[in-house]
Amino acid sequence: MFEILKRQEMANGTVVMNEINAPLIAKKAQPGQFVILKANETGERIPLTMADSNPQKGTITIIYQIVGKSTSIFKSLQVGETFQDIIGPLGQATHLENVGTVVCVGGGTGVAVVHPITRALKEKGNNVKAIIGARTKDLIILEDKMKAASHELFVCTDDGSYGHHGFVTDILKDILQKEDVKLVVGIGPVPMMNFLCKVTEEFKVKTLVSLNAIMVDGTGMCGCCRVSVGGKTKFACVDGPEFDGHEVDFKELSQRLQAYTKEEAVALDKYNCTCKAS
Amino acid sequence: MTEKTRKKEKIPRQAMPEQEPDVRKHNFDEVPLGYSKDLAMLEAGRCLNCKKPVCVEGCPVSVDIPGFIKLIKEDKLTESIRLVWEKNSLPAVCGRVCPQEAQCEGLCILGKKGDPVAIGNLERFVADHERNHGAGELPPKAASTGKKVAIVGSGPSGLTVAGDLIAKGHEVTIFEAFHKPGGVLVYGIPEFRLPKEIVYSEVNFLERLGANLQCNMVIGRTVSMEELFEEGFDAIYVGVGAGLPSFLNIPGENLIGIYSANEYLTRANLMKAYLFPEYDTPIAKGKNVAVFGAGNVAMDAARTAMRLGADTVRVIYRRSRDEMPARAAELHHAEEEGIEFYLLTAPTRFIGDEDGRITGMECLKMELGEPDASGRRRPVPIENSKFQLECDLAVIAVGAGANPLLTQSTKDIETNKWGYIIAEPETGKTTYKGVWAGGDIVSGQATVILAMGAGRMSSISMHNYLTWGW
Ligand SMILES: Cc1cc2nc3c(=O)[nH]c(=O)nc-3n(C[C@H](O)[C@H](O)[C@H](O)COP(=O)(O)OP(=O)(O)OC[C@H]3O[C@@H](n4cnc5c(N)ncnc54)[C@H](O)[C@@H]3O)c2cc1C
Ligand SMILES: Cc1cc2nc3c(=O)[nH]c(=O)nc-3n(C[C@H](O)[C@H](O)[C@H](O)COP(=O)(O)OP(=O)(O)OC[C@H]3O[C@@H](n4cnc5c(N)ncnc54)[C@H](O)[C@@H]3O)c2cc1C
Ligand code: SF4
Ligand code: SF4
Ligand code: FES
Repeated sequence: MFEILKRQEMANGTVVMNEINAPLIAKKAQPGQFVILKANETGERIPLTMADSNPQKGTITIIYQIVGKSTSIFKSLQVGETFQDIIGPLGQATHLENVGTVVCVGGGTGVAVVHPITRALKEKGNNVKAIIGARTKDLIILEDKMKAASHELFVCTDDGSYGHHGFVTDILKDILQKEDVKLVVGIGPVPMMNFLCKVTEEFKVKTLVSLNAIMVDGTGMCGCCRVSVGGKTKFACVDGPEFDGHEVDFKELSQRLQAYTKEEAVALDKYNCTCKAS
Repeated sequence: MTEKTRKKEKIPRQAMPEQEPDVRKHNFDEVPLGYSKDLAMLEAGRCLNCKKPVCVEGCPVSVDIPGFIKLIKEDKLTESIRLVWEKNSLPAVCGRVCPQEAQCEGLCILGKKGDPVAIGNLERFVADHERNHGAGELPPKAASTGKKVAIVGSGPSGLTVAGDLIAKGHEVTIFEAFHKPGGVLVYGIPEFRLPKEIVYSEVNFLERLGANLQCNMVIGRTVSMEELFEEGFDAIYVGVGAGLPSFLNIPGENLIGIYSANEYLTRANLMKAYLFPEYDTPIAKGKNVAVFGAGNVAMDAARTAMRLGADTVRVIYRRSRDEMPARAAELHHAEEEGIEFYLLTAPTRFIGDEDGRITGMECLKMELGEPDASGRRRPVPIENSKFQLECDLAVIAVGAGANPLLTQSTKDIETNKWGYIIAEPETGKTTYKGVWAGGDIVSGQATVILAMGAGRMSSISMHNYLTWGW
């Protein structure tokens, strides 16, 4: 059993942060790695990146967007309550080194995933620029933390309600034109990562993305999370989740993420009904 | 033939009562219902109690077959199960899933002229009887040795080592990557063939004996092998199974609706997706299902698809009926449930729609050519035999490989070119001092009883090591 020690709602309650007691995982966790969580006996195994970890306190932090039944159940868990199962750390850690100027881009909840990587790249001595974006002002998360983790932070909103009016890629293009950028890390919704890779490809700048394929075990046992990278099939859970964005087949990934849309709608409906009824 | 043999043959082999095919293909309850005591006595009565029991030679762990059957005849069921336990710690499982026709029953003398003694059914009977009616008395345990053993993986192989070493007085901790113990017995083999209750009751038995079970522990990730030694474990057994799915490597394989058998069965069994949405994990319900392969795994996938409401389920296999590796009982049950077999057929590519969902596949007809390295006749494509089949769900059950997660993070363990751990055949010792390995991670995907046999062998060597040194 893994106890929730801290809980905070963000972005108007569409995103939740949990700090959880998981000493063994906290001891090993590296930026870029994820855990699989299962709330209760009937629950699904859900992968979430560790937004932070503290080996001294023995805690890990997750930040997740409420999108369906499982994340709704997670949201209902309060401080003092527990996740039945947490498995990790899983996946390859981000390869961190000093390369010069890097740009870290986070879209939506992707900001939570890119934050520990941004911080670690800064600690390695890189010149770190960060760009975060969301649909509207209220959905921007972790602005302060991203500011601290980078040398320069740009904020964008699709509707212009805060910061730059437009997409993260607008700012990225600007930076790529002006500076000699060695690496871009882009994490967010699949269409954003896809578009971002098109931009960086033009400038021939190496780009890392983190792929959120549907998973079951997270240990390379089932092949559910397969993605095409450079024309080869890879398992996102053990070969990734980070890959060279210029090699990723984003169309296949976004299609595969739709595999259970019908079932997910049924599950969420049923959950919301019974929740309201009781 | 002696007078005695002739008389015994008059009693026919007692069939085990089963759920009717038309009923069971819509539920996940166990198919064979088990012998009543009367049926078991009748069947036990068929055994000749041979002086040189050839059946025992067919059993990889040498269960005293005539011995335990005789005790059934004498209505000494507790003594009977104790005798089985001496060689086999999971008889309720083995009685259900051993390929008996190729092992014990395959050699039974009665099989020469008629039907062999139903050894598997009888083994299941005594084990079930003990579980349901026994006193649950714990077997004696040796005095504590103060030695600590770590077991990585809670499949049949790891569970066997755990049981053996705890009885010898060592302190045993089992580490399992999944959130539930049991290995393939729980995530792979379906409920209708092996109720999970049985596996959990076996694990519970080990816990009552004092074994410490820790789930959600991916060794090599959560904790490394080196750290286990640092924490004070004196010896480690690695029984992590062959958990790497094989694919066909043909175009279109990443379309939605194409599953590895591991994924399909894990969703259905471990995650209980057949109870969706009561359980949260979804599973695709196909109308026209294609399953590739012809082993137990393929039969399990096909029969699961049928139970999830498919109209047609086709098992597609490139060789012929004679080469199908599944247990006879599984093939028989699958056929009764209306599974169709497309033999001598090989897929060449999958076809999908604009949303990336599978709609069908293209296949080639095959014929049998010269024998290959495995001694089986090699399937060769027939020219111009291409044809298309519709399907909206495909499950690939063509074998499994070695999952590299643990071995890649443990440099002292040597593996062969396929990634399986190299272990001494007589002891199970690996190249890493203090570490043994066995089961599917050494042999490649085999059987429950062979994985247990490997565990038994290693446990003897480990006990020697803990007593005398490497
Ligand atoms: C390595 C990895 C790291 C991730 N990190 C984060 C994170 O830090 N924060 C965050 O908000 N989200 C993260 N995700 C996505 C998160 O796992 C999904 O949002 C979550 O599983 C949705 O579950 P649900 O039942 O609430 O929604 P559902 O209604 O079941 O599904 C909504 C959508 O989520 C995706 N999804 C569903 N089931 C799974 C599954 N078992 N595994 C992966 N995706 C699934 C599908 O695309 C689906 O259409 C990550 C995913 C991966 C693979
Ligand atoms: C669907 C299916 C049907 C089958 N039917 C039959 C049958 O009818 N009869 C028969 O005899 N055989 C059958 N088999 C084969 C049989 O199940 C296997 O040979 C047997 O289970 C192997 O046992 P094992 O202990 O070596 O490994 P497994 O049963 O595979 O168990 C290994 C365990 O180790 C865990 N693990 C893996 N990596 C780690 C790690 N790094 N850290 C911690 N834990 C880890 C796994 O999660 C798993 O629980 C079937 C197999 C399948 C897949
Ligand atoms: S363990 Fe398997 S092979 Fe041995 S007697 Fe029992 S059923 Fe037969
Ligand atoms: S060979 Fe057959 S008849 Fe003889 S002891 Fe074994 S089971 Fe009984
Ligand atoms: S999630 Fe099963 S192999 Fe990646």
